[in-house]
Amino acid sequence: MADVTLRKVVKRYDEVEAVRGIDLDIADHEFVVLVGPSGCGKSTTLRMIAGLEDISDGDIMIGGDVVNDVPPKDRDIAMVFQNYALYPHMTVAENMSFGLRLKRYPKAEIKSRIDEAARMLDIVELVDRKPKQLSGGQRQRVAMGRAIVRNPKVFLFDEPLSNLDAKLRVQMRIEIKKVHQKVRTTTVYVTHDQVEAMTLADRVVVMNHGRIEQIGTPNELYHKPATKFVASFIGSPAMNFIPCRLEDIAGKLHVRLTDRLAFPLPLARAVRYQNIPRTEKLLLGLRPEHVTEAKPHPQPGVETFDTVLDVTEPMGMETLIYFTMEGSQVCGRVNPNADAHDGAPLRLAVDLNNMHLLNEVTGVVL
Amino acid sequence: MATVTIDKAAPTRKVKYGSMSRDRTWALRWSYFFLVIFAIFSLTPPIYMLITSLKSSAEISAATNPWWVFHPTLENYVGLLTSNQFLRFFWNSAIVSIFVVTITMLISVPAAFALARMRFWGSAVLATGVFLTYLIPETLLFIPLFKMFAVIGDWTGIQLINKWYVLLILYPTLTVPFCTWIMIGYFASIPKELDEAAIIDGASWIQTLTRIFIPVAFPGIIAATIFAFTVSWAQFLYPLVFTTSTDQLVMPVGIITTLIKGDVFNWGQIMTGALLGAAPPLIIYAFLMDYYIAGLTAGATKG
Ligand SMILES: Nc1ncnc2c1ncn2[C@@H]1O[C@H](COP(=O)(O)OP(=O)(O)O)[C@@H](O)[C@H]1O
Ligand SMILES: [Mg+2]
Repeated sequence: MADVTLRKVVKRYDEVEAVRGIDLDIADHEFVVLVGPSGCGKSTTLRMIAGLEDISDGDIMIGGDVVNDVPPKDRDIAMVFQNYALYPHMTVAENMSFGLRLKRYPKAEIKSRIDEAARMLDIVELVDRKPKQLSGGQRQRVAMGRAIVRNPKVFLFDEPLSNLDAKLRVQMRIEIKKVHQKVRTTTVYVTHDQVEAMTLADRVVVMNHGRIEQIGTPNELYHKPATKFVASFIGSPAMNFIPCRLEDIAGKLHVRLTDRLAFPLPLARAVRYQNIPRTEKLLLGLRPEHVTEAKPHPQPGVETFDTVLDVTEPMGMETLIYFTMEGSQVCGRVNPNADAHDGAPLRLAVDLNNMHLLNEVTGVVL
Repeated sequence: MATVTIDKAAPTRKVKYGSMSRDRTWALRWSYFFLVIFAIFSLTPPIYMLITSLKSSAEISAATNPWWVFHPTLENYVGLLTSNQFLRFFWNSAIVSIFVVTITMLISVPAAFALARMRFWGSAVLATGVFLTYLIPETLLFIPLFKMFAVIGDWTGIQLINKWYVLLILYPTLTVPFCTWIMIGYFASIPKELDEAAIIDGASWIQTLTRIFIPVAFPGIIAATIFAFTVSWAQFLYPLVFTTSTDQLVMPVGIITTLIKGDVFNWGQIMTGALLGAAPPLIIYAFLMDYYIAGLTAGATKG
């Protein structure tokens, strides 16, 4: 069993609290991604799991054993670093076998493991090269190979793809996913890139200021964000937030955006938001895909309104539109055939079945 | 999209590159000019020594052109190389230097590793302290050191003064601080992730040092070795002060004390001795420079 558990883990650097009490249960074989903006404590958390940093408070368990005071080499983990950290004076094969050689594995065993990993990563013809003779993507593969041959309980990745160019990053992302499908090793993966997090993870852990904002599957985070931070961090273009209030008009609950614009809420939403005080300052959260061009026969819960576009960005399969509502910029996604032009008027539809309502002050999704 | 912008910028850069290359040509011309002057300036003394070493005493004292050898002779070389005394000096120098280089590297490489990587209480202060030690000149130290060894001799009966091996204690006080400092610099330039990767791979501190740091910082090891050897080979003050019997002398002091008798200078042999003495460092430089390849760390990280 190689499950990883963090209990109220804290890391203090003199003055700064880099990690402020993290609780996390990672199941055997699970691929968990820690995501969050730079400086939120992702690397620190990962390095504490690796044993490269002492933990100031709390417990870390790997496979059920508390490893707080266990040195890294006895934790049976492997780590892949952002800058690869290959040993420059060793060949690819020597790099991959270094850990096994230190542990005095039999030569035949080492060779078969290297062969297997090299084949899995498609670097068979590179095994006799030195790191400086490799491209960035190849170095990344070797760094992964070095982790795979050890056959550890847990893989730890710290932003392994951020030194690669965009195209290679997508390719390596798929590669990492394939490797995980084959070896099924419990993986903790750190990135600041939400796309990487969404595409790779079984579960995503969104971190902010040393705390966990939300844990969930990619779809849960996308469709049911718990806080404004998560809602705005996950998804691109980001979710729109429009200041609003609730109001009862003719016995029906409405969300009022401007003096002239108020939308009636669909029944399910009306029930859910019924008890919110009408004076509360709120934010209406709408993903760009729920702000589209108006269709002739709108679905229930889809409301239309007229606006003038500021800017349009044709993306090919869709056109991104930007307009201003109550001082906030709103982004929508319309069909490329819809008549959307810079500065032109357009009739838009918002899908309130997929709306979010947030407390403007606390940022909590209601 | 980013690539498109770069492509657009390329033609402008090409034009600039043309003018830069003209600048470069001039910079190169000036470099060569000054390098040639420098070469003439620094090569004149050894050439003069070589010329003088090939002359007989009579020719040296004769009023002929000092820059030309009219009757070349190897008598100075033969005289020195068959003199047991000179060979003894040479041997002493070699033994002292080899020991000192070994002792220095055995101390300063682990010390530098500890100071660069194992964050322990006071390591930063200690690292600075090591360098400050190097700044104290030996001219300030030789009298107190002499007194110290004299006192040790009185108390314990262990006579260190006038024994060649006293230099094995003295020279490292000069070489260890500087070599440690050089190695701290080299070790500090190795990315932190490299030792972290090694630690996760299961390497102990010693294994991280021997299997990763020493190979990766090999150019630094060479630089430190050359420095330690040069200092030990050329050191003059300490052997002059601490050794007096001819069988204990190293070459620089040996040449001076035996080839200058009162006010009689045996110029031919002095020059020959100095030239022969300069040979080992030259050979060692030539040999080690091949290994002294900068940028050995390339490829460790994203590069
Ligand atoms: N060795 C250190 N000493 C002091 N502060 C540190 C140290 N390492 C990290 N920090 C601080 O801890 C916080 C979290 O850092 P880190 O975990 O590296 O963030 P990231 O999420 O970008 O990986 C940052 O504010 C950083 O400045
Ligand atoms: Mg980080």
